[in-house]
Amino acid sequence: MIGSGKQKWLGSLGLIFMMLFFYLPIITLIFFSFNSSKSLSHFTGFSTQWYVALLRDNNALAAIRTTIVIAFISTIISTIVGTLTAIGLSKSSPVLKRVVSSINQLPILNPDIVTAVSLMILFSSIPMIQKGFGTMLLAHIAFSIPYVILTIMPKLRQLDANLTDAAMDLGATPLQALLRVILPQIAPAIISASLIAFTMSFDDFVISYFVTGNGVSNISILVYTMSKRTNPTINALSTLIVGGITVLLVIVNIVPLIKGNKENKKEKRMIQS
Amino acid sequence: MNVYRRLVYPYLVWMGIFIVIPMLLIVLYAFTAKSSNQVVSLRFTLENFQRFMDPVFLSILVKSLRLALVTTLLCLLIGYPLAYGITRRSEKAQAILILLVTLPMWINMLVRTYAWISLISDKGIINNLMSYFGLPAIQMMYTDGAVIMVMVYNFLPFMIIAIYTVLSKLDQSLVQASYDLGANRFQTFLRVIFPLSLSGVISGITMVFLPAVSTFVIPQLIGGGNYSMIGTFIEKQFINMGDWNFGSAISIVIAVIIMLSMQIANYFDKDPEDMQLKGRNL
Repeated sequence: MIGSGKQKWLGSLGLIFMMLFFYLPIITLIFFSFNSSKSLSHFTGFSTQWYVALLRDNNALAAIRTTIVIAFISTIISTIVGTLTAIGLSKSSPVLKRVVSSINQLPILNPDIVTAVSLMILFSSIPMIQKGFGTMLLAHIAFSIPYVILTIMPKLRQLDANLTDAAMDLGATPLQALLRVILPQIAPAIISASLIAFTMSFDDFVISYFVTGNGVSNISILVYTMSKRTNPTINALSTLIVGGITVLLVIVNIVPLIKGNKENKKEKRMIQS
Repeated sequence: MNVYRRLVYPYLVWMGIFIVIPMLLIVLYAFTAKSSNQVVSLRFTLENFQRFMDPVFLSILVKSLRLALVTTLLCLLIGYPLAYGITRRSEKAQAILILLVTLPMWINMLVRTYAWISLISDKGIINNLMSYFGLPAIQMMYTDGAVIMVMVYNFLPFMIIAIYTVLSKLDQSLVQASYDLGANRFQTFLRVIFPLSLSGVISGITMVFLPAVSTFVIPQLIGGGNYSMIGTFIEKQFINMGDWNFGSAISIVIAVIIMLSMQIANYFDKDPEDMQLKGRNL
């Protein structure tokens, strides 16, 4: 809008450099996943052997499965617990509200590594517990719930409390009021909270690394242990992750954009007519 | 009275087990001496903190703070103009640019960091290109510069998004008014646009500084096994040395530093609008 041609040109140059900086490493990573040799700097020819190697690598497959299973279970549990807690909190005394939200701040503000070692000490202090899948799952649920509560609380504050009371005055049980009055109103917040919980679990490295045991790894731990020597299998795995996320994000972001355009046009037509 | 209140109780128990007790355990370990036998003998001491006062260990803390500060500063200097540049584009272009900035954030940090290794390693792509042009190879892996660059790479999107969010909501009529009243572009930026975007700058700074100061992945992968930052140092105490007491003490030091910097950030971030909202809640 405002700004001379020269400035706009400089701005474009800056944006191009930014995109190169952001995407060159990722593009190289993808490129060398199709290399026919083990080198990550000399391209010797096209091949899909590293993808085949990935599919034959039982450790890698187990890590992928662990990551997905833990992400789903921890998302479901942390979303349910977090939502119910947030609803309860919104009706609780200010003192309780303040106590819970300040304790919840701890894992959010603390560096990952501090949360990680604190959970590691906890799990190691209980003799009956074997570190592995279970502890990783518990840890993921534990670090997700505060974020779920944090995401849902503001939405609940906007709710009209009279609506729930009205529902119950009209004969709804508390459960019915919860399911048919409160939950539908905060549904968008619940969805974004569950997305946050899912991505946090899917991407976590530090906490998983400290609380796992018995050879149980997730994708992050796998990449970490494999990256100590050159191994294009990681490139193949990373390419699949990058590809999956890109498709997902493009769908999530572009679809509303197209829809929005259509709606805009509709509105314009309505205004015109 | 209200039936829904009871919904909080299960989480109170959970929170006690998974947040309060673990934090208390860290404090307990930090203030007690390492027990040599199996029976945990509680001997309260400040030894662990005293040990950390050793110049060798303190230098690790100072280095972490220094690298995190440099990273934050670079992210701000690069990120602000870029965020500003994005707001100058059409709405559609903005949506696409922001999608392109956020996309790398969704990719696992391990993968993003790993991606740099094949570029900057001694026989990597950049050195191949250098030798192709007859230039001497440079060692980039295992240097402070490489660690900073990869940290900037990982955390720059947070800075851009934080600043962009505020700048895109900025009331353009204020900028227009500033021009109308005779301010030039530089004055307008310095006295109108920048002060109004300060809340974004501060949240960007915290979003970069906090993960940067305690990062564990980046120094480990880019800095190599002997490269020490506070995050890797804590890991070493817990995993390699088995000295949980000393490790806990360092964890507390870093947690306190972070809590303090959050307080400082909150102090500076007194957005008038935000204050109004808080006032209404009271």
